[in-house]
Amino acid sequence: MKYTEEHEWLRQDGDLFTVGVTEYAAEALGDVVFVELPEPGQDVSKGDEIVVVESVKAASGIEAPFDGEIVDINAEVADNPALINDDPQGAAWLFRMKAKDGAAFDALLSEEDYQAFLRESGR
Amino acid sequence: MVAFAGHALPIHYATGVIKEHLHTRSAASLFDVSHMGQIRIRPDGTNLVDLCLALEHLVPIDVLGLATGRQRYGVLTDRDGGILDDFMLAKVPGELFMVVNGAQREADAAYLRDHLSGGCQIDTMFADRALLALQGPASETALTRLFPGARDMRFLDIRDATIAGAACLVTRSGYTGEDGFEISVPIGVAEGIAESLADMDEVRPAGLGARDTLRMEAGLCLYGSDIDETTTPVEAGISWAIPRVRRSGGDRCGGFPGAERILDEIDRGPGRLRIGIAPEGRAPMRAGAGIFHDAETPSPIGIVTSGGFGPSLGAPVSMGYVATSHSQPGTRFHVETRGRRLPAQVTALPFVQPRYRRA
Repeated sequence: MKYTEEHEWLRQDGDLFTVGVTEYAAEALGDVVFVELPEPGQDVSKGDEIVVVESVKAASGIEAPFDGEIVDINAEVADNPALINDDPQGAAWLFRMKAKDGAAFDALLSEEDYQAFLRESGR
Repeated sequence: MVAFAGHALPIHYATGVIKEHLHTRSAASLFDVSHMGQIRIRPDGTNLVDLCLALEHLVPIDVLGLATGRQRYGVLTDRDGGILDDFMLAKVPGELFMVVNGAQREADAAYLRDHLSGGCQIDTMFADRALLALQGPASETALTRLFPGARDMRFLDIRDATIAGAACLVTRSGYTGEDGFEISVPIGVAEGIAESLADMDEVRPAGLGARDTLRMEAGLCLYGSDIDETTTPVEAGISWAIPRVRRSGGDRCGGFPGAERILDEIDRGPGRLRIGIAPEGRAPMRAGAGIFHDAETPSPIGIVTSGGFGPSLGAPVSMGYVATSHSQPGTRFHVETRGRRLPAQVTALPFVQPRYRRA
């Protein structure tokens, strides 16, 4: 599992990457009440806001971690947004994408780096 | 935690906003609302009748006719008919007790001092009194253990109470649409009383997040969002607080700031109105979102002033202002949220019917 400074987690399965939000992010968001997911087949660029997660408190955008194509989305999480609070790093995965350049994955944060990032940013 | 008007206030406790909200509607929640401004106004060298009449020069409500032991809602208006603040005003033997918004409390106290010149003493109790809100259907059961007189109170009654040996003021009112109480307590005993209540089986602590979702479902205005200097009480749909005696033809008609505009709007109808908004989809529509006639027309017909998710409804809820011509329940329009226009419709307020203890 790899992480981003935007509090996403990514898991690699061959040339596919599964993406969700971290436990820290789920906790910070509070009760999630609405999730909007991208369309399968959609081409995305790194930094595009492709998922919207709304909690009782506020709306947050989730960005594409790298250039590529969306191949699958988790319809269950759109139907039951609270899944993000219950199991953010498991059942509440958000989308799967194919990366244009798989090497981008290696540049992401390791578990250890992400925990250090949380500590450094006072979280 | 969030910093607000010099206080550190919790948005939510460990259980989260939705659980706190639902617990309030099914049992009872304790909110620390000590950031609200508590103000005593006493006659000084004059009498209470004259003080009430003096205050009526600043507010469009019936102060004189408020019975001792009762509380009512009101607004401070400005010369243009806008709202400087909203408040709860109570009459206790020999004096008035006012609860105003935290962010406005210093300005309100200064305004009252400037405009109620002479004849009264204004004591702000900002540093000496805490305010606890116990809200929900089990509130009476819980508070009766500390103050047996609670069970004899009706909605909008105010009573002196001795709790934990301290002189407190209890009102049967709140900001959630539920039965409940607000308890003004000396700061020194506040923590002990709060802990006694929070330790009871029915009661759990709740934060500002739940307070906001509860008041939205109850269709209640938040000062600074749904009402402010740019909105009149008539546009805001709170002209029920302006009784016949202060309206055109009444014995004490007008005589408050902005009376000309406000009374004209009561008689002829305002140009825009605060409405309830039910989004047709599941996406929340939040404050600041533009309201449009349809999916294309460039200029807005209104704006969302409060919005989010209503846990008791399990659906998004919003409030906002639209031209009166678009204010009928069932009227459909579009709300622009994150650059997309999504359908919504006008719905009658409140979203959740209040359950006050009126009798």
